Amino acid sequence: MLDLLAARPPGPTYLTVEHVSKRFGGFTALHDVSLSVGAGEFVSFLGPSGCGKTTLLRAIAGLDMASSGRVTQAGRDITALPPAERDFGIVFQSYALFPNLNVAGNIGYGLRGAEWPREKARARVAELIATVGLEEHAQKYPSQLSGGQQQRVALARALANRPGLLLLDEPLSALDAIVRQRLRTEIRAVQKALGVTTIMVTHDQEEALSISDRIVVMNAGRIEQIGSPETVYRNPASAFVASFVGRSGSFDATVEPLGRLRAGNMSLGADAVASLPAGAAARAFIRPEDVKLGPAAEAYPGAFMAIVGGIEFLGPVCRIHLLVEGVTLEADVPSDQMAGLNLANTARVLVAVPADKVMAYPHG
Amino acid sequence: MAELALVRPRAGRDQRIMQGALLLAAGFLALFLLLPLAWLLVRAFQDAEGAFVGLANFAAYVTTPALAASAWNSLWVAALTTLLVVPLAFCFAYALTRSRIPGKPFFRAVMLLPVLAPSLLPALALIYLFGNQGMLRGWLLGHSIYGPIGIVLAQVFYCFPHAALILSVALAGADGRLYEAAAALKVGRWRMFTTITLPSATYGLVSAAVVVFTLVVTDFGIAKVIGGQFPVLATEVYKQVVGQQNFNMGAVVGIVLLLPAVGGFLLERWAQGRQAGVLSGRSVLYAPAARLARDVPLLLLCLAVAVALLSLVGIAVWGSAIRFWPYNLTLTWANYDFGRFDSAGWDALLLSVRMAGLTALFGTAIVFLVAYVLERGVASGPLPALVRFAASMPLAVPGLVLGLAYILFFNEPLNPLGFLYGTLAILVLNSLVHFYTVCHLTAVTAIRQLDPEFESASASLKVPVWLTFWRVTLPICLPAILEILVYLFVNAMTTVSAVIFLYGPDTKPASIAVVHMDEAGQSSAAAAMACTILAVNLGLKLLHLAMGSAIERWTQGWRRR
Ligand SMILES: Nc1ncnc2c1ncn2[C@@H]1O[C@H](COP(=O)(O)OP(=O)(O)OP(=O)(O)O)[C@@H](O)[C@H]1O
Ligand SMILES: [Mg+2]
Repeated sequence: MLDLLAARPPGPTYLTVEHVSKRFGGFTALHDVSLSVGAGEFVSFLGPSGCGKTTLLRAIAGLDMASSGRVTQAGRDITALPPAERDFGIVFQSYALFPNLNVAGNIGYGLRGAEWPREKARARVAELIATVGLEEHAQKYPSQLSGGQQQRVALARALANRPGLLLLDEPLSALDAIVRQRLRTEIRAVQKALGVTTIMVTHDQEEALSISDRIVVMNAGRIEQIGSPETVYRNPASAFVASFVGRSGSFDATVEPLGRLRAGNMSLGADAVASLPAGAAARAFIRPEDVKLGPAAEAYPGAFMAIVGGIEFLGPVCRIHLLVEGVTLEADVPSDQMAGLNLANTARVLVAVPADKVMAYPHG
Repeated sequence: MAELALVRPRAGRDQRIMQGALLLAAGFLALFLLLPLAWLLVRAFQDAEGAFVGLANFAAYVTTPALAASAWNSLWVAALTTLLVVPLAFCFAYALTRSRIPGKPFFRAVMLLPVLAPSLLPALALIYLFGNQGMLRGWLLGHSIYGPIGIVLAQVFYCFPHAALILSVALAGADGRLYEAAAALKVGRWRMFTTITLPSATYGLVSAAVVVFTLVVTDFGIAKVIGGQFPVLATEVYKQVVGQQNFNMGAVVGIVLLLPAVGGFLLERWAQGRQAGVLSGRSVLYAPAARLARDVPLLLLCLAVAVALLSLVGIAVWGSAIRFWPYNLTLTWANYDFGRFDSAGWDALLLSVRMAGLTALFGTAIVFLVAYVLERGVASGPLPALVRFAASMPLAVPGLVLGLAYILFFNEPLNPLGFLYGTLAILVLNSLVHFYTVCHLTAVTAIRQLDPEFESASASLKVPVWLTFWRVTLPICLPAILEILVYLFVNAMTTVSAVIFLYGPDTKPASIAVVHMDEAGQSSAAAAMACTILAVNLGLKLLHLAMGSAIERWTQGWRRR
């Protein structure tokens, strides 16, 4: 694999998942999944709906146990332990706040027993309420809080016992876009301040890219790639990752000698296929921001002509749809440079793609 | 690959508690529902000595003219009652849900009145009106009230609330957008009714018809009191078992009684499968506009129904306080001096209250715990499926059949639980099991409204599941729990058929005392006893309403926004 190194955490390992599979009756939801998470690391599980993210998270939590494989946490084999004997806090997608207990009651719910005498528990609750900024709402019931406030209560409740591991199952998916963005930075800040090892499940790639130390990309019960956000974005390990993470135009092509790709009459230099045999089928992906247009393309040797098939205004950039010999490409142009390019539908424009920016994978 | 060994999950304390509770539930339902019914089945194929005789009992049943006639009588009386009650209840429910008539709360309350009284009460009231000494005897044009006429009239009264309740629930959830869309398409009212209203109420109609039909076929009290010489299945099985001590033939009749109920149960399941969800999250609740051409006739109908229901109860109350019907109409408490008519006297009512109280207490606890364990414990595997099936079964088992199964099962000399026979405990168990399903469904509905991750959340916080059950689940479900409690109490107070085979000399409930006093010709005392049952139930219902709102304020404050 391209970045085998990234499959291991940078620091000391806190949690390992080895060859874990999970079957529901005849259906296999997880196929031989292995990964490890470093102490204090923030790892995201990213993948389309139904790919097994929640299943993997619940196997780590012990809420639904793995069918086979091994999970160790802080050197302890926890594979078969019931959840109550493990050390984690979890935030559910629905938050699962107890509706008949107020904010303080929810946060302090797990602070009981000899370890938490009344006074100590009360002080801890007050501290957590301050951490998540809900001082004014301590006596309110969940139904009286906004979605974002409920989310903070759930987070505080999960952190109350000072767990070694924090699990978040799509913690932000029930919120609107603006609150999501604010809360995800807050979650990251709290996580960094406490240094708690954290795993977050999400199907929102922007969320995963923006706050994770590393991302685990999953598809159909398998891990496709593990790596830093930049690696996953810049060097996708598979066609699936290339299409799922980030935006790209894609097309089928044939490998030509000397590291070139041919699609119809278009021929492109592509470093990624240098090691593939000539004549092999491949699927190529090109990110819109990597496509050069007009004067910017002139400097590149393999520049070719394309026809503008449509222009989308996206605010800071405009996305240009390009037709080349039956292949569709996308290019992003900063909005303020649009006037200079003189683009219009059906206009012809010079296009170039740097050979090191073409992502290609053997196909079929 | 290295580690492909299968993981053997270690059950935590929570899971062990849930598993244990599930086992107990399975044991309970097996012992007090499945085994007795299985034994009933076995006995139908045996002779009195316990030897296997194949279908001989069934052959004897079919060839005994009196028995076959009783089956036919039961069928047509039930069919006729259903034909009368369901349309009437539909109109009543339609008025409550789809019109703008005034006084809906009043009509709703009156509609439920018959549920609080034993089924014998309307029969007794009808006898006051149309019996041999009846004031309105002339209205029958020489026909006798004792027989099919009386049975059908009393059954209409007794079954009305059941049908009306089901139909008003079915009609309550209408999607207003469908009607707006139809109006925009210039569809006429009648077509709206036949293409939108009726289809959405189909399941309710089938369900109401099934419930009414089954109630009539299996009700014992009314046929006993007002049936005269008219044989029906329910009185026939009583004769076979209590009169002739022919338990095997009793078992056969019991199985025959089971048929319409099981058939109805299957029919209802079928209708349920065809019923699409009426309301989705995005529906707009239908709000009827005022329209005199619809509201005035409906109001008149509701008034007529209310007057009929109230006057029948009123006649029974009045009759119970009259010195000598119809010759001396002075008022008296003499009929309430039950000791003069029946050796048990007032103790019968006390026993009924004790029995209903115990049924309600234990029943509510058992029902709710079992529903909780089923919903939140281990979901897969044969054991939960078995318990789920058993919990839905009592709905299809008439009280008379269950009582019969109990008498056969617990009277069996080999049964180590035989000591229960003739005790209060067996009455309680029988009523509890008999009314199990409706309570179970109420509990399941309440529990399903809770977030499915509560138990996971509490496990992750290392709080034992029973503590979360106590601190979260119970308080949230308290309204449903009270509902179950009252339902069990009220039904245990009024039931005749579930206990007619099972009471002992020291454990005679009030509802049975009513039957006995009526049998002995003391119909005024019988009416008086029926009225005391009604009074107790009415009192509890009022208490429930009063307490309900207090408890609501106290435990449900979190619902307010
Ligand atoms: N209890 C179960 N029984 C049977 N199949 C299940 C069960 N739980 C999950 N699955 C299946 O396992 C697969 C993975 O489910 P999972 O909930 O892990 O997906 P996910 O990646 O979290 O998706 P989403 O983003 O929609 O939450 C799905 O196909 C799902 O249908
Ligand atoms: Mg999920």
